[in-house]
Amino acid sequence: MSRLGALLAREIALAWGRGGGPLVSVGFYAGVATLLPLAVGPEPARLAAVAAGVAWVALALSTLLSLDRLFERDYEDGALDLLALSQAPLELTCAVKCLGQWIATGAPLALAAPLAAIGLGADPRLAPMIFACALAGGLAFSFVGGVGAALSLGARRGGLLTAVIVLPLFVPPVIFGGGTLDALAAGLPWRSGLSLLCAYATTTVALGPLAMAAACRNALS
Amino acid sequence: MIDVLTIKELAVQRGGRSLFAGLNLKVRAGEAVALTGRNGSGKTSLLRVVAGLLKPESGEVSFGGIDVAEARAGGVHLIGHQDGLKPARTAGEELRFWSAWNGADAGAAQAGAEQLHLLPLMDLEVRRLSAGQRRRLALARLVAAPRPLWLLDEPLSPLDAGWRIRFGEIMSRHLDGGGMVLAAVHDPLPIPARTVELPS
Repeated sequence: MSRLGALLAREIALAWGRGGGPLVSVGFYAGVATLLPLAVGPEPARLAAVAAGVAWVALALSTLLSLDRLFERDYEDGALDLLALSQAPLELTCAVKCLGQWIATGAPLALAAPLAAIGLGADPRLAPMIFACALAGGLAFSFVGGVGAALSLGARRGGLLTAVIVLPLFVPPVIFGGGTLDALAAGLPWRSGLSLLCAYATTTVALGPLAMAAACRNALS
Repeated sequence: MIDVLTIKELAVQRGGRSLFAGLNLKVRAGEAVALTGRNGSGKTSLLRVVAGLLKPESGEVSFGGIDVAEARAGGVHLIGHQDGLKPARTAGEELRFWSAWNGADAGAAQAGAEQLHLLPLMDLEVRRLSAGQRRRLALARLVAAPRPLWLLDEPLSPLDAGWRIRFGEIMSRHLDGGGMVLAAVHDPLPIPARTVELPS
């Protein structure tokens, strides 16, 4: 197995290992989705109107749970030193770690998103689009979140700092994804929203690792 | 392949405090150098500068004309205070991963485990290992994926007397094969080594 393939497999195994991180994120996601009817009232029409948007925001919040340990664990136990001292560029290493986070956590959350939305009363016909948006948005969340996680390396209460850094950067995919789902539900053109979401995700995949690697080098030094 | 490490006029600061300045050091193939000095004298920082993880204030590190980034990426092993091992993974998984990361295959990982007498422990989670066993697991990386320059930070501290001698034999074989060792130590290395004391 190539070194980057081995790293991807390790990241996924660590995420799914002891503690079941992705299940915790999905559980948190279900909790947020369940809280909503308690806050806005149980009327089906009201819930259905906000279901897709709530599922989308809950996805962003749930992703945060798994981000704070993305680099911190490796930083604390010395693995980041060894990952940096390698023939693989640190940028690529950071990208693989985010990809692993997306596969291990983003994908299960993307599967949960349509279920939560339908549970709240969204039209079941929206389910494939909710899943697609959650998948693309989750990729953006992972790579943007990786930047925040790398920037907060070594900081006290790094998890909180990560959230403060990345939440503003979560705004575009939340707008694009939520807009796409609203437009589709209303029978309006939705392709531009989805295109913007995919473009944002692609940009974060392309540029995020550069920022992550620079932040990791800074933390190591 | 790296056959010499040259440090010229190196100055390192940490937290605004100068650790050392004007340090010159050359380590040739087959040579071991023991870095000594009081706590906080900059031994670990020097190893990290050589590994490229820490930028010096001034001075340079070179590897005999080989591109520095290339030399570090493919020719340097670093064993630091922290071992980079994940408690929830088994010793075998961790050794195979780091061997693959360093460009070696599973057979090499097995050979590394064998030399460090880790085979009976390969299915144990790292959290179940003693400090000495964890250190041996980290040291097995050196054997599994041979690289010429070993940067070792207190490599002996958790090892018992028997394993200090055995690791000395492993270092001797590495030096006999043209390797180099630069080790930050408080206790003497169990092999003939030139001692360089960092000023306090």
